[in-house]
Amino acid sequence: MIHPMATATPPSHSTAPRQEREQAVIRFAGDSGDGMQITGSQFTVETALAGNDLATFPDFPAEIRAPAGTTFGVSAFQIHFGSTDILTAGDELDVLVAMNPAALQVNVKDLRVGGLIVADKAAFTERNLLKAGYRQNPLEDDTLAPYRILKLDVTKLTEEAVKEFGVTAKEAHRCRNMWALGLMLWMYGREAQATVGWLEQKFAAKPAIMRANVAAVRAGHAFGETAELTDHVTGYTIAKADVPPGVYRTVSGTEAIAWGLLAGLRAAGIEKLLFAGYPITPASALLHTLAGLKPYGVVTFQAEDEIAAIGAALGASYAGALGVTSSSGPGIALKTEMLGLAIATELPLVVINSQRAGPSTGMPTKTEQSDLFQAVHGRNADAPLVVLAASSPADCFEVAIEAVRLATTYMTPVILLSDGYLAHAAEPWRVPDLSSLPRHPVRFRTDPAGFHPFVRDPETLARAWAVPGTPGLQHRIGGLEKSADTGHISYDPENHQRMTTLRAAKIAGIARDIPLQQVALGEDRGALAVVGWGSTFGPIQQAVRQARAAGLDVSHLHVRHLAPFPRNLGDLLRRFDRILVPEMNAGQLVQLLRAAYLVPAEGLNQVTGKPFRVAAILAAIRVQLNEGRGNGERGIGS
Amino acid sequence: MTTTAIPPLAPKEYASDQEVRWCPGCGDYAILKAMQRALADVGARPEQTVFVSGIGCAARFPYYVSTYGFHTVHGRAPAIATGIKLANPELDVWVISGDGDSLSIGGNHTLHVLRRNVDLQLILFNNEIYGLTKGQYSPTSRRGTRSPSTPQGSVDNPVSACAFALGAGARFVARAVDTQQPQLVEVLKRAHAHRGASFVEVFQNCVVYNDGVFDHFTEKTVAADQQLHVTHGKPLRFGKDGQRGLRLRPGRLELEVVTVGEGGGGLTEADLLVHDETNSALAGMLVALEPPQFPVALGVLYCNPGPTYEREVYAQIAAAGPPVGDLDALLRSGRTWTV
Repeated sequence: MIHPMATATPPSHSTAPRQEREQAVIRFAGDSGDGMQITGSQFTVETALAGNDLATFPDFPAEIRAPAGTTFGVSAFQIHFGSTDILTAGDELDVLVAMNPAALQVNVKDLRVGGLIVADKAAFTERNLLKAGYRQNPLEDDTLAPYRILKLDVTKLTEEAVKEFGVTAKEAHRCRNMWALGLMLWMYGREAQATVGWLEQKFAAKPAIMRANVAAVRAGHAFGETAELTDHVTGYTIAKADVPPGVYRTVSGTEAIAWGLLAGLRAAGIEKLLFAGYPITPASALLHTLAGLKPYGVVTFQAEDEIAAIGAALGASYAGALGVTSSSGPGIALKTEMLGLAIATELPLVVINSQRAGPSTGMPTKTEQSDLFQAVHGRNADAPLVVLAASSPADCFEVAIEAVRLATTYMTPVILLSDGYLAHAAEPWRVPDLSSLPRHPVRFRTDPAGFHPFVRDPETLARAWAVPGTPGLQHRIGGLEKSADTGHISYDPENHQRMTTLRAAKIAGIARDIPLQQVALGEDRGALAVVGWGSTFGPIQQAVRQARAAGLDVSHLHVRHLAPFPRNLGDLLRRFDRILVPEMNAGQLVQLLRAAYLVPAEGLNQVTGKPFRVAAILAAIRVQLNEGRGNGERGIGS
Repeated sequence: MTTTAIPPLAPKEYASDQEVRWCPGCGDYAILKAMQRALADVGARPEQTVFVSGIGCAARFPYYVSTYGFHTVHGRAPAIATGIKLANPELDVWVISGDGDSLSIGGNHTLHVLRRNVDLQLILFNNEIYGLTKGQYSPTSRRGTRSPSTPQGSVDNPVSACAFALGAGARFVARAVDTQQPQLVEVLKRAHAHRGASFVEVFQNCVVYNDGVFDHFTEKTVAADQQLHVTHGKPLRFGKDGQRGLRLRPGRLELEVVTVGEGGGGLTEADLLVHDETNSALAGMLVALEPPQFPVALGVLYCNPGPTYEREVYAQIAAAGPPVGDLDALLRSGRTWTV
């Protein structure tokens, strides 16, 4: 596909020449009703089509329509894009688009000094200023002196652009986001074609609204080209990223998990996937996505509660389909007892946790990775299972395949840890060649000779998957302890010891069937290893890259298999003098590593509901390396 | 399903090789026996049949049947059974449960499996007590039930299992007594024949913790006058000589017991209500009848089939388009670009 390389020739009407940039970070911020998520998503599509690498961070309130103009109702969408490898959504903003005073108030602290504010001055009314906590209009005094400001009457400019289409004043007002999008597309040399196409499709049934929105985008774009912008506001050029050849698309973590599950299903040779879920933020998107994929062997079930969701998934696995359920921390807590049954009955099951800030309801739309302990240990009794974590939206695809492989090969529940950031964030993804993906076909038991329900594969220790409907294999399983030799109920003390040991050995043995822990960046020994898991991959990788560029002896390890750990992980960690574990929790992996390997790992912990800033990790790396030896007893998380 | 003739099995061939571990004299033995008879009568194929249970005395049931069996989590059997039916609608699924399992910890799942009309049979063994945990009062225990947890008698009102089922939208509601074998077998067979969720309450005597709790209508001496066995299309008659019956009290929406024939003050069978198992209003009145003023209504109280859940789900799947095996097109759907 040929895509426009709009950056190649600067628009002829531009008042100033475009400047070359390697990367940029933009945040669109406004009321939750201002359409900032749509604006950001469309900018993402245009940016991807322009050939840049990118990472996004949608950040929105839990309230559906918080009172207009309030700071807690601010919704934002951040995108970091460039010609280089983009790993995070960006620490600091180059441009903040603020649709009202509240959006400015909440977000301006993330703007770099010298960064640009694009503000709709019409929204800076006395009333809105008051709601945002401003005593005076910051556009009119020196509050914003460290920044460049582009004050525009976006409201009026939009109204003028759309007036000929006969839309209501309210409808006209709602086109403001498209005008702002148009301006930003111009600023970074992007076309608006994909957005126009999207609008034509979305509002096909409402032609006036469609034309108004299209006109608003075009007006914003044209404004950049033709208006006499101030000296310090110019257009930028960002070259295409240098990426391996292939077919690309953008993908969110949610999409990647859905497709990964389907790819895993095919690799396992299983006909049907039952996905059972109960609505919960931020996990519901996976239920929505899979509900639209019925022709791919998917049955979706919106259950009456979290327990029923995992129960139905387990019932489906018992009946020979692949049972999958998904939730967020509070919902996973409710599923705990059924996970125990899945472990006792040794049935395959995939449980996806889109983690969010807690405890309890916490901050539903904000990300965190504080459910690692829950995943690894959060059940009654000795109840081992497999825990995996995805490190980026695209990585969700591979991890979902791996979850299906391990669940079906080892007849075990697998918890896949995602989080609120991964679920919503998007990045470009080279579409894989599915024919090259390895297959791991399941073998349903059909032979009655020598069968009992807990007869095991001597190598994997997985019990036989004998599915109702198979003649001659009728059997009874359940939560009561079973005899290892007959599969019947057994309260024999020695048998319980043996079964507990078998269950643990089966999971521990998976370490032989997963890749060795690799070093994500740097040497496999040295002064400092920064060890992460999950969505902290981007900021850690970027921080380690910068530290190494500054000559520091530091490596990055990122752990995908959290239970069991890769079999070389302990040896690898011991080759480093110091170990730093950044986590968006109060220190969980750090404790697991210390417990498993008796290594002096230290935590870097943050629970703000936002991803780590690269600078924060870089600073911690410097502290680790400058503090020198003899101070290895620093407390976890201090 | 193959059409090969399969020799019918005898009731005892539906017994598993496991020793039954209920208390001697437990009503569960009688229900197990009736189930084996019913399975034989309907020609159930053991490999196509699944018994799913929650937790409690009744929930041990699957271990004693020679079919597939899944003993699950307290109260959650309907959810697991729903997953089984969604994965393979061809399977014949029975859910075995108790009053605590189905109406206390699992009340939510009972509600939803019934309203969804998943094609399965839910058999609730109601003994009005928690047996396996040693005798605490249950959600169906009558007010004033003395138990280890209510030494002064319970103060909460009991739930009526069948009224709950009707309220949840169940399209098949029936009742039977554990020891009344022919009737129980018949009810189980009717439940099996019904397409959709069939709800059966079986009054089951707990010989250890609640012995005789149903004697006031099951004892031989009172049974005839305190039990009403309903049959679709037949008048609602009961009593030793069938001389008593139910009619609508003239001018009011309530039932009354009347005598017909000799000593009936001129009333005849024609004055009695005729059982219509498709009438939900009548079913609501029947399940509410309580001794001693009224007999306990037994048999198929309500049967009004409707579309089953899994059939509707699969109809939508079929409507969504033909199966797609290849994922490549999906991964390339929407906007892509080539580098």
